[in-house]
Amino acid sequence: MRIKRWLIKIAAHLDYPLLLLLFALMLLSLFVQYSAAGEDNTRLLAHGINMLVALTVMVMVANTPPQYLLALAVPLYTVGVVLLIGVALFGDVVNGSRRWLHVGVTRIQPSEIMKIAMPLMLAWYFHYHEATLRLKDYGIGAILLVIPVALVARQPDLGTALLISASGFYVLFFAGLPWRIMAGMVVIAGASMPVLWHFLHDYQKNRVLTLLDPTTDPLGAGYHIIQSTIAIGSGGSFGKGWLQGTQTHLDFLPEHTTDFVFAVFGEEFGLLGNILLLILYLAIIARGLTIAANAPTLFARLMAGSVTLAFFTYAFVNMGMVSGILPVVGVPLPMMSYGGTAMVIVMLGFGILMSVKTHRKLLKS
Amino acid sequence: MNRPAEIKYYRAELAGFRQRIVIAAGFVIVLFLVLIARFVYVQVLEHDRYFTLAESNRISIVPTPPTRGIILDRNGVILAHNFSAYTLELTPSKIDDLDATIDELAKLVEITPANRKNFTKIMAESRNFETLPLRTHLTDDEVARVAANRYRLPGVEVKARLFRQYPQGVSASHLIGYIGRINDADLKELQSDKRFDNYRGTDHIGKVGIEQSYENQLHGTTGAEQVETDAGGHAVRTLSHTNPISGDNLVLNLDSKLQAIAEQAFGSYRGSLVALDPKTGGVLAFVSHPEFDPNLFVDGIDSTNWNALNTSPDRPLLNRALRGAYPEGSTIKPFMALAGLHYGIRTATDTISDPGFFSLPGSSHRYRDWKPSGHGTVDMHNSIVQSCDTYYYRLANDLGIDRMHSYLSQFGFGQKTGIDMNGELAGVLPSREWKAKHSKQPWFPGETVIAGIGQGYNLATPLQLAVATAALANGGTTLRPQIVQAIIDSRTGQRHVIAPQVIAHADITPAHLQTIVNAMIDVTRPGGTASVASAGAPYLIAAKTGTAQVVGIRQNEKYNASKLLAAHRDHALFIAFAPADAPRIAIAVLVENGGHGGTSAAPIARAVMDYYLLGKLPKAMTAAPETSAGDNVNAD
Repeated sequence: MRIKRWLIKIAAHLDYPLLLLLFALMLLSLFVQYSAAGEDNTRLLAHGINMLVALTVMVMVANTPPQYLLALAVPLYTVGVVLLIGVALFGDVVNGSRRWLHVGVTRIQPSEIMKIAMPLMLAWYFHYHEATLRLKDYGIGAILLVIPVALVARQPDLGTALLISASGFYVLFFAGLPWRIMAGMVVIAGASMPVLWHFLHDYQKNRVLTLLDPTTDPLGAGYHIIQSTIAIGSGGSFGKGWLQGTQTHLDFLPEHTTDFVFAVFGEEFGLLGNILLLILYLAIIARGLTIAANAPTLFARLMAGSVTLAFFTYAFVNMGMVSGILPVVGVPLPMMSYGGTAMVIVMLGFGILMSVKTHRKLLKS
Repeated sequence: MNRPAEIKYYRAELAGFRQRIVIAAGFVIVLFLVLIARFVYVQVLEHDRYFTLAESNRISIVPTPPTRGIILDRNGVILAHNFSAYTLELTPSKIDDLDATIDELAKLVEITPANRKNFTKIMAESRNFETLPLRTHLTDDEVARVAANRYRLPGVEVKARLFRQYPQGVSASHLIGYIGRINDADLKELQSDKRFDNYRGTDHIGKVGIEQSYENQLHGTTGAEQVETDAGGHAVRTLSHTNPISGDNLVLNLDSKLQAIAEQAFGSYRGSLVALDPKTGGVLAFVSHPEFDPNLFVDGIDSTNWNALNTSPDRPLLNRALRGAYPEGSTIKPFMALAGLHYGIRTATDTISDPGFFSLPGSSHRYRDWKPSGHGTVDMHNSIVQSCDTYYYRLANDLGIDRMHSYLSQFGFGQKTGIDMNGELAGVLPSREWKAKHSKQPWFPGETVIAGIGQGYNLATPLQLAVATAALANGGTTLRPQIVQAIIDSRTGQRHVIAPQVIAHADITPAHLQTIVNAMIDVTRPGGTASVASAGAPYLIAAKTGTAQVVGIRQNEKYNASKLLAAHRDHALFIAFAPADAPRIAIAVLVENGGHGGTSAAPIARAVMDYYLLGKLPKAMTAAPETSAGDNVNAD
């Protein structure tokens, strides 16, 4: 009886339209992963376990009232920044960049924490300065934003740095960042391109150059783009059919379970599948934005809006990169790519959305 | 701050936030539309291109070379075929340490540095899932040793492959030719002819002889195995399989026994013989002596053998029948006589008086007869039987070079015969135009005079002489010489006989021809220049002897064969057809430095005719005599 009541209480804090869309996405993801991993059941099982863990995290966050999340903002952000400094000093070098930190028995990637800590921190700041928002507050927000982004960019992990700054920027945007400042930022960004270019690593420059013409380096940096574009293009309108993607199954496509899983999807399900996936993503984003629009407090609104747009950004950047319109940066396709951490972060975001959605009365009272 | 103000503030703030939500939604939709545009471009508009790229990524075609057609003589004797031999093959993709494996194999079977070098070469040109031969022609013993050790040699296998073999060895090698490894020049030709696709998987191609000229028929059609490969180039599975179609078999007009008899008959002489069936143009024998062993070339000739063949003063690689150009000498006289009759310059009974030389009016230069004392009164019949030079000096001068050229052209002199073999030379039948082009000088009357006895600029190949002789035997009809009699389709077994092809009809009235043939018959009778070689023949032979000058003899100098270096002695020529009343064979023989045609060349032709017409094998041939023949048979 007590368990039943407890379950009902938990279930009350879930958003069912969102949950339904997420289940649809997960089902699709299981199909694609089964194909991408070469019909390997153990890999499929691991993917399923990742989903269960991520779902559990989501349910837990959904049942956490927003004011607790508010209280977590500063500690999480502080710990995140400290860990990032730790990474810079003592981190493990993997594939030429310093991203991982040994903590006891396990390794963690603090930049992942920042994906949530960043919007949380900024939303906290604006929430407590709600009544007196001045230009100065946006300036402080920008400083809070730049510190972790700079640390992540230094690792170097340009992809994650961009995603973190995007999630922070969305908070600033929803908090009412004046249009003239945004216009100014665009101008400054444009003007600083050549300077930034100078600071990029050679491999990062190559990725950008490769995007302009993948054929200049068909076996090196261009290989990924060429092979994934071939996979998507050869899928045609209706795809080659599930498990029938030759690019994937014959190993032409690199990283086909992780960052490039979308190429597998595009090859096997074609344009029709891609549009279906976009509709699914769009429906989730629409639900997120609706929740944000109806959120009762500024913190809830900023968090919901930022988390939703971050989700959009992951999806867009990944698909843009795999289909050859954005440079190759290490961004997984949300819910579809193999990998536990990324999925937990995404589902944590949905947990926040559900928490915001289902704790209205609590906040209002 | 009072409460209403706060609410107002809240409302304005919420309105601003919702406005930004709408803007964000618009932003999302626009960027998703960009993605959709990209997908439509890649998946619909450019689909074909990417589909092809994905297919070529995935599918490799492994060619299955066809079996080359075999070559048979007219009686079914095998001249070229394929035999299966064991080869030691390696699959590089299955071997971790190639060098170590080869070292290990070298303990079991003989592997020369050349084998290793060759293997490295072919490996560079191949895909790594193909098996490649390291060594060919393993003995049974070697096969057994490799088999016993196979369990510890992954990626090593013994395979049976087909090799070309010429069981007759040196016999008819110039006619059959040989195949050799495809080289850069062959490759370029195959690519320019768009035949290259059919040669994927084929290592060899016909290089000379009919192996070359019938390459398209002999090669067959390459089959293919469509193999799905992964990104590492490893074969995953076979998708489809097309069987190769074997090359067609060739049946030649050649009689290999006749060929062997002719080759033996040359003994230590260098020279050439071409025997034709005058009714069909079929090539019955085609000798260029000495021969070479075509088997040496099949798997790449080694430098020792190559140097021996290439630097030999006997020039065994020269196809004399096809590419040896020699002055016709007196063998041109029957054709000259016909020209004289045709243009009405001479009748059969017209006579001249031969003092032993001819001079052009107003010139003191003497064109000498081979017989210094002269032949006395000579008619057309005797001019051929005794081979009177003076008669033809005079006749040539009366005909003039233009008519000579025009008439002799009808027998194929100065033109390629069109034989079904590549590389033929056209020889030279001089004319004013030819000389103008050749030396930019006008034609001189003296040149006409010496052209009348087949000297000067005149050059013909033994093949051309045989074709012209066959035309005489055939009443003036020239047939294209044809080596291949029939092509046997490898799929249907059908025999496609190649029809005789008439290339010219010479203007000859039967009475004129009869005059000439009668004279040519008497050439082989007592008193004629070929009487010794023809003695005792139970059939009638029509013939003409000839001598082609190798070094010019100065005025007032006497030709003395024994005083000349062997290499400077005259070439001996002989043309004949038999039986003269119903010709079945026409022959041209050339013996380099053989002196006089009746002595060295005629016996060779006789041996060939005896076998062909009577089935009679010649007595064991001895090396041709080095001594000069007696004066009466030295006549020419």
